[in-house]
This record gives sequence, structure tokens and C-alpha cells, in this order.
Amino acid sequence: MTNSWTDIKNTDLVIVMGGNAAEAHPCGFKWVTEAKHHRGAKLIVVDPRYTRTASVSDFYAPIRPGSDIAFLMGAIRWMIENDKVQWDYVRNYTNASFLVKDEFGWSDGLFTGYDEEKRDYDKSSWDYKMGPDGFVQTDPTLQDPRCVWNLLKAHVDAYTPEFVERICGTPKDKFLTICEMIGECSTPTKTMTSMYALGWTQHSKGAQNIRGMAMLQLILGNIGVRGGGMNALRGHSNIQGLTDIGLMSNLIPGYLNIPTEMEADWATYMSTRGFKPIVPGQTSYWQNYSKFMVSFMKAMWGDAATAENDWAYHYLPKLDVPAYDGMRMFELMNHGKVNLYFCQGFNPLLSFPNRGKMTEAFSKLKMLVIMDPLATETAHFWQNHGIYNDVDSAAIQTEVLELPTTCFAEDEGALVNSGRWLQWHWAGATPPGEAKHDTWIMAQIFLRVKKLYQEEGGVFPDPILNLTWDYADPGEPMPDELAREMNGRALRTVYDLKDTTKVVAEAGQQLANFGQYRDDGSTMGGCWIYGGSWTEDGNMMARRDNNDPDDTGAFLNWSFAWPANRRILYNRASCDLQGKPWDPSRKIIEWTGEKWEGYDVPDIPVTAKPGEVHPFIMNPEGVSRLFSRGMMRDGPFPTHMEPFEAPIANVFNPKMRGNPVARVFESDAEKFAAIGDPEFPCVATSYRLTEHFHYWTKHNPVNAVLQPEFFVEISEELAAERGIERGGRVRVWSKRGEVWAKALVTKRIRPMQIDGKTVHVIGIPLHWGFMGAARKGFGPNSLSSQVGDANVETPEFKAFMVNIEPSAEEPVA
Amino acid sequence: MSETAPQPKTAASNPPVQPIASNLLPSDVVRISATKDVPQPERQLTKVAKLIDVSKCIGCKACQSACIEWNDTKPEVEENVGVYENPHDLTPNMFTLMRFTEWVNPETDNLEWLIRKDGCMHCEDPGCLKACPAPGAIVQYSNGIVDFIHENCIGCGYCVTGCPFDIPRISKVDHKSYKCTLCSDRVAVGQGPACAKACPTQAIVFGTKEDMIAHANDRVADLKSRGYDNAGIYDPPGVGGTHVFYVLHHADKPSIYDGLPDEPRISPVVEGWKGVTKTAGLAVMGVAAVGAAIHGIFARANKVDAHEEQEAEKLVQSGDGDGGSV
Repeated sequence: MTNSWTDIKNTDLVIVMGGNAAEAHPCGFKWVTEAKHHRGAKLIVVDPRYTRTASVSDFYAPIRPGSDIAFLMGAIRWMIENDKVQWDYVRNYTNASFLVKDEFGWSDGLFTGYDEEKRDYDKSSWDYKMGPDGFVQTDPTLQDPRCVWNLLKAHVDAYTPEFVERICGTPKDKFLTICEMIGECSTPTKTMTSMYALGWTQHSKGAQNIRGMAMLQLILGNIGVRGGGMNALRGHSNIQGLTDIGLMSNLIPGYLNIPTEMEADWATYMSTRGFKPIVPGQTSYWQNYSKFMVSFMKAMWGDAATAENDWAYHYLPKLDVPAYDGMRMFELMNHGKVNLYFCQGFNPLLSFPNRGKMTEAFSKLKMLVIMDPLATETAHFWQNHGIYNDVDSAAIQTEVLELPTTCFAEDEGALVNSGRWLQWHWAGATPPGEAKHDTWIMAQIFLRVKKLYQEEGGVFPDPILNLTWDYADPGEPMPDELAREMNGRALRTVYDLKDTTKVVAEAGQQLANFGQYRDDGSTMGGCWIYGGSWTEDGNMMARRDNNDPDDTGAFLNWSFAWPANRRILYNRASCDLQGKPWDPSRKIIEWTGEKWEGYDVPDIPVTAKPGEVHPFIMNPEGVSRLFSRGMMRDGPFPTHMEPFEAPIANVFNPKMRGNPVARVFESDAEKFAAIGDPEFPCVATSYRLTEHFHYWTKHNPVNAVLQPEFFVEISEELAAERGIERGGRVRVWSKRGEVWAKALVTKRIRPMQIDGKTVHVIGIPLHWGFMGAARKGFGPNSLSSQVGDANVETPEFKAFMVNIEPSAEEPVA
Repeated sequence: MSETAPQPKTAASNPPVQPIASNLLPSDVVRISATKDVPQPERQLTKVAKLIDVSKCIGCKACQSACIEWNDTKPEVEENVGVYENPHDLTPNMFTLMRFTEWVNPETDNLEWLIRKDGCMHCEDPGCLKACPAPGAIVQYSNGIVDFIHENCIGCGYCVTGCPFDIPRISKVDHKSYKCTLCSDRVAVGQGPACAKACPTQAIVFGTKEDMIAHANDRVADLKSRGYDNAGIYDPPGVGGTHVFYVLHHADKPSIYDGLPDEPRISPVVEGWKGVTKTAGLAVMGVAAVGAAIHGIFARANKVDAHEEQEAEKLVQSGDGDGGSV
């Protein structure tokens, strides 16, 4: 989230699109009800189904799964056409006036530079015109046809309300009502908040869905303000922490990058990470990259990381591919190229697409180690459960080890919520049976592996032998020790950067914030964005002071929010050019004449005068991006792309399949249904239900009572067409698999008219498997296609094609 | 134990942490089933109420979950029969239930998904208590809570007939009648009901009836400002008002909320039974007892059959009921 859960109470309009907040985030959704109750805020829901969120909305409109970009570009077009633009914001805080290279363009659904062979773009034309002074060329009058604003206008021109209706199935009048409601928030004194979740991410163009709404919010002047923002509702209590800590093959904690094999040495690696400002006088915060990186290396390898050996850069693995994401790993596994797989708090047999492929892949492993508090389906993938897991156990040779772990309630530590708050929690129960903390298990394995290298040597044991392991009990690092390490501390005396005689921190002291990180080896810190979470004053994450001066929703003394305890990112943009709040009744910070101050930690150097430093200091432009240059693989503007499986071809370019640069493995491509395939005429989409949490709570009898059995949701029209009765048994199948379910026939899903064709939507909730207290069932992954977002490889769970028929009897395996 | 529990003002606040004595005493009982001349308490507890704001409810079933956990009941894991209601109805192990109705508003042609938390309404004038022939099986406290005292329950099912909202359920296991207690055991020590505590959107709130009415009026005004012209409070006078009451967007049509009675009132038959319990209550008890003897020590649920109902009605029609207060 750019903002926080508590800030949602400050909004005038909530748009829930690409999510189902009431259903999947009921506790956070209370802030929507607060805004409605106390501010008279309105709630809009755009969703393929009339959801529980829709049930308390002021306005609902349906949309076909996988068509969100068309809707969002249509909304931007409407704002521009009807002058619902916060002009001062757009002119000064976005790159609207920046000039773009003449070679850049878009036609037939594709941007310039497409290489069909490589399924990739040459992005060199997707950039600004730079002047001879090294700064970008701009036209503040927005007259130049090559300025971002005019290119955007041209880009969205195709997305008329009629086009939106044709592609999305959203009735034109409903679309226009929503545009009007959104348009009201273009004034400086009205704000809209966007709440989204996996309804936007789980697409082959998920990142572009989110870009679309972010651009709309920028045009309305709603980023950086109270009650505004782009608010991703994270699906686990600590999934934000997972990304922060960089639990991905291509990340280092704090959103730094694992080097690629093209970056063989430190100098090469750092050469592309200078992030020099491209507008005069601008702060470009990523210029501090080396401080964060060196402190990380010191945290990892201590004295073994020195200036002379480039901070042990040669210890870091170098990626030969963009990332070893989940889908790539399972592809490799399926080719027999993975021998041992560690599955920690992860149930991929149900949570990764194309279950049949998962079973096959696991069957090729030599050993599978499961670390989990629950008896997961993945741990029992080899066990026959009739139709629910129809495997030949005798033919599977994989050895499975289950290491029972504690769950969150038996553990101490911080969870990072959607609003980036690190909230410390304490153990509420004693671990049952043989369950051990994950940290104990990992430490025990590490110490044994290290001993093996010490005794037997190896090709390159240095990174393991020299790993910093400075814990009171090496066999079990404690949560507070790990938290202190992530915050960072001084290794020797740290001096002020300007006044080099002034001591900032003495050796051994916890650093107060990431501003004290250094790239000379005098500091260590495992995750720079957590700098300030555990200082000399103690554990900031454990703070529980719920005072909130003037009820702004900031709660600065409750827990710790990264970065720097800031509650609203880009909050400098909540003020006009002179530093006065756009909306005085919703002040966050303001310029006093000498400095920035207010209710939140300013997102700008506190003495940076208005007009001198622009509000978006993480960008070398100093402003936000309506045109994202070459930052994303699939385009500088979002453009309509169909899902890989779709009922119609892309109307811009019928030859284009899905996202033209998404990675597709050959074996997965063979399993796509053809576009408009009559054998698979229904659009399926997956989702969560309030009664359950993923595949965990089916193990709990109470949750099992509240939602006992797998079902699919279909319209009354589809039920009538196929002779399906409410509560009857149905079979649903795709090109990859089949499931049996109960039919929930509802008015909340309606057939849609898409490009002149009647299209039915089938809703497939997750939550059921073959373990636990609930009745045995299936997950949507038995059916869904295996392809991910072009930028981040999130699987396309939200749009794929299936068929359905009544199935009178329980089939036998 | 130190002090006496305060009377709860809200369900959201955290409970006191020190041990405290119950503040809901046998002497606070104002009515007792099949018992006349109940001595009236010396003190009057503040009337409490649980308000269910249907317009804020997201149907998450946290209330059902909290109810199961607090009362430590074990409802069955049923099948899905093509609806969101699970279990499919109130049961002796499920005292509250989210009921879902897909309703197309004829004025706007828009679909509305009406979600109502069903459960005991804790009537000011409780039909169950009036119908109950077992002395002391149902009591009403001066704060408005209607509670079942299971050790006195004979499982006859008269309370089911007496309830205008179809709430009590008879257990096939112990042949006793069960329903929501308004968490009288929590309220007794200064806490609100478990369901209200668990509700994430504060669609369920708890406090004094007066405060809840004021809050409800506030909510109705908000709904009217959003175009729900018929928004209103459902606190039906036919049963003397209730201590669980609703805010409805369409208060002119309660029955669209899965059959919430438009004008609930206690069946005249049951009103008459009161006389039965007074003058010939033990006769009815006798019917049950004889039945038990004949069929062998409560081998079946002690259901009131048609014949017994007729007998009771005859007694009513003989004009012995006085219809007055207990």
C-alpha cells in the first residue's frame, strides 16, 4: 500500500476492482465501513461476480475476467475528455510534460521494438528525449505532440465507452456512472482510494492492470494524499514481509537485486545503479544504493566482506535467467533437473497452476522436505485419495520428510501488514508435539552443512564458512537477534556525512535509521528499509500507543512502518507547489517556511524547499510516471491484452496471444485451449471465501462447518442451458484437468455479451483439498493454465477457459 | 474476586483482566416460565441490546464462528446444497446463522444480496417463555435477556411453537431446547456477546438499548442519504420490542430478508397457554410425564403432538387464561 489500512477511513470514494476486500480482508474492510459511516464515502465494486463487497456497495458493475486494462484506459480517456484532471498535480508531479523519443509508437496492439522470435521488446525507443546537458527535455505547456500527455491521450483514444462495453461486457451506462463518480475525485478536496488484490495480480498482465489504476490516480491527484493511494491488499498476514525480505530468487532484502551473470563484478553491477537525477536539482534516493548494498554484504559476511574484495561480491550467486520463480522451478523439476526440494510454509500441489504437472514434477524428485505446521496436500501428493488425488503410490519413489513447524500463534516476531507496518507479536501458545520454530530447523541444517564443508571441503565453501552467525545460541537464532540484524548497527564509529567530525553512532550501536547506512564498511544492516525498526531506544515494532493527533489515521507511535516510519508514501504530493495542503482539512504535512512537518514523516528531505525538489524522490525524474519508460517488459502504457485462454481474439491484433512477452514453456503452451475454442466456452475465475484462509483453515472444524464443501458458482442462465440444478453435482474441465463440485446457482453472476458473443463466467473458489476437516474437494489449480505475468511471473489464476456439465453420480476413480 | 462486573456498554472494548463477580444474579430475574408471582427484583438493570446493522454486514460468518467457539458447540460438517448458509439452518449446536437472499429490487432492477444474521431476538414479551410449561426452564432478566435453563427443560418444544421467529431447536441428543443466550455469561462479567466482539465491520454492536437505538437512528439517516428511502429500525412492537434488533435498508419489507416476519406477534394460542401454565400447567406437565412413562424414559424427543396441542387449545378456549402479566 502507498497508504495504510487506517487511512482508508479518510477517503470519499472507495473503488474495489481486482479484489474482494469484504470477503478476503474482512478485518481491514472495517475501514471502508468507517469511511462510509463517518465521511459519507461511497463504495464502487467492479467484479465479474456480485461479491460480498458488492453487497455493501453503493454501485456495482460487472466485468469480464481479464479485461481490466480496457476498463481502466476507458476511464482515463473519459477523465481527459471531460476535463476531470487535477491539472496542477499532473503538470508538476507527473512526467506529463516530458518529451518521448520520436521512434516510440504503438500499433496493432504492440509497442515499437517487438521481436516475435524472442517474445520480447527492444525497449530502446521507450524513453525520453534527453538534452545535451544530460537532463530530460520537457514542454510544460503540454503542446508538443511528443510529450507524454499527448501520447497518452492518443493511446487511450481507442477505449471509448462502446469499446469498454464490447470488451469488458460492462454495460455502457454503468461504466459511465462509475466514470462520473470517479471524476468527482479530480478536485483537490476529494479523494478516491483503490483497493485491489490478486484479482489484478493473477493475470499474464497483472502489473499493467495495477499501472492502469495508478495512472488514473495520478491524473486525479490522488497519490500521496490522505484517503487516496494504490492500496494492495496483501493476502497473507506477512506476505508484505516476504517481498520486503526478498524471498525471491532475484531479490536481496529491501528490493535490491541479485546480480545477473552479465554483472560479473561489483563495478559492472553498480554501474547501472547510479540513478543520476535526470531533472536539475532533484533528489534521487536510489543513489544511496551502494550504502544499502554494502551494509547488506557486511551483515552477511562481516569481516570477510572488505573494500578490497568488493565486499565479497563474488560470494553472491549470479543469475543465468531473469529469475528462478516457482513456475520455472516446477518446469525444471518436471524435466528431472531438481533432486531435492524444500517446501517451507508452501502447499504448491494446490497453490500452483496445472496440478497434474505438479504431481508429475514431485514424482520425479529424489527427496521432498516439507516444513509446515499442517499436514499439507503437497506432503501427501503420493497418497491415493480416490478421485481427489488419483495417483499410483507404488510408482512414486520420492522420499518425503515432514518437519513439523510452529505456526504464527506459537511464534514471536514481526508481521508486516499491507500498510508496511511491522507489528511485533508474542507467542500465544506452546508449540504442540515435535513442532519446532522454522529458525531452529534452518539453523540446525545450516550448522550441519557448514560442518560438512569444514570437514570435507568443497568447490567454493567460502560463502558458507564465512557467513555471519553471531547468535547467543547458534542452534537457534532468536527473533530479537534477527530483528536487530535487519535494522543494522555500527561496526565502527559512524560519522555524519557533511560534518565528518560529528559522531552518528558508536561501534556496536543500533543504527537509528537507514540514513546512517554507509558504503565504507562501517555499518551492517540486513534490510535497509527496516532501518529504524530496532534502534538504541528498543523495539519500535512493539510500540502500541494508539494516540492519533487530530484523527489523521497515521498512528505514528503504533508499531513501525517502513520506510522511516512513514505512513503515506509520496506525502509531499499532498501539498501544492508552495507546500500548502491541497485539502487543508486533510493535512498530512506542510512547508512551514523552513521545513516540512505535520502528522507523518515527510517523504522528502525536511529542509528541501518547495519547487526545488520534486515529490517523487525515488525516481530520478523527481515526478511520477504516466509513461513508465522501459521499466516494464510489456509496455510503457498498459494496452489491452487478452488472457492466454480467452473467448475472443484480441481485437487490436487477432494474431496476438495473451501477453506477447510473457514467458511460456513449450509444454505449457500445448495445454492452452485455442482462442474461442468451442470445447471450452466458459470463462473461469478463482477466488477466496471469507469462511476460509487458503488451504489452512479446512483443517479447523469450525471453518469446515461454515463452508464445508467445494462448489462452483454459475448463473441461472448457464444452469438452465446445461440442465444443472442448485446443489447438484457438476463436472468442470479444462484442457489440463477436471474437477467435480456442487453447483451454486446464483443471480450474482450473469452471462455477458462480449464482442457480440454470449459468454458465461464460472466462479471457482479455492480452499478444498484431500486433507483436513472439511469434505474432500479440489482447487482451481486442477484446471488453470500455467503462464505468469510478464514482469513478475504471478500465475494467471483469474482467467482461463473451461466447460461444465451435470454429473449425476459420484464418480469412482 | 474483587469488584462486581460493570454492566457492559460496548462489545468492542476489552474485558477487565482482574477476576470479577457476576453482575447478573438469580435475583435479577423478572419472569420465569410456568411460575407465577415471581418476586420482582429490588434493582432494575439497564436494558441492553444487540443491534444488527444489515447494511454493514458482509456475511463473513465471524459471528457464527465466535458463537461456536464461545459456546463450545460442535455443529456437523454438512454438505454444500448450493447455498451460502452453513449449517443450513439453526441447530441445537448453531445458535446464530447468516441467511443470504438474492433480491432484485423491482424499483431499480438492481440485484441486492441481503445478508441477515438470524438468531434469538430476546423479545421484551417472549413467546417462548410464555409457552413453556416447565417451571424455571426459561427466564427473563431485568436487562432484557431471555435465557434457557437447561436443567429445567423437558424438551417439549412448546418454546418453538411460542417463538414468532422460529428460533429454538430441540437437541436429539439430550432433548433440551437451545438458542442464543445473548452471551448472558459474558454480559454477567461486563463483556458484550462473542458475535459482536468478533464482527469485523461492527455490523453487530452491543450496548444499552437506548444507545443502540440512537446509533441505529444515525445509521438509518446515513442509509436514507444513500437513497434507501425506506431504511429503518426493526424492533417489532408486536412482541414488545426486542433486545436484538435490526437496521434494515428496506424496513418496509422485512420479509425479503429471508422471511423475517413483517409483523411478528405471539400466536394467540400461546398467549392462551399462559393461562394453562397458571391454572393447569401441571396438567400439561403431566401429559409430558405420562408420555415419558409410556414410551419409556425419554427414549424420544418430547415433542408436542397434534393431539396435545388440541388439548391445550381446548383448555385455552375454556376461558381460563387471564392474559395478564406473570
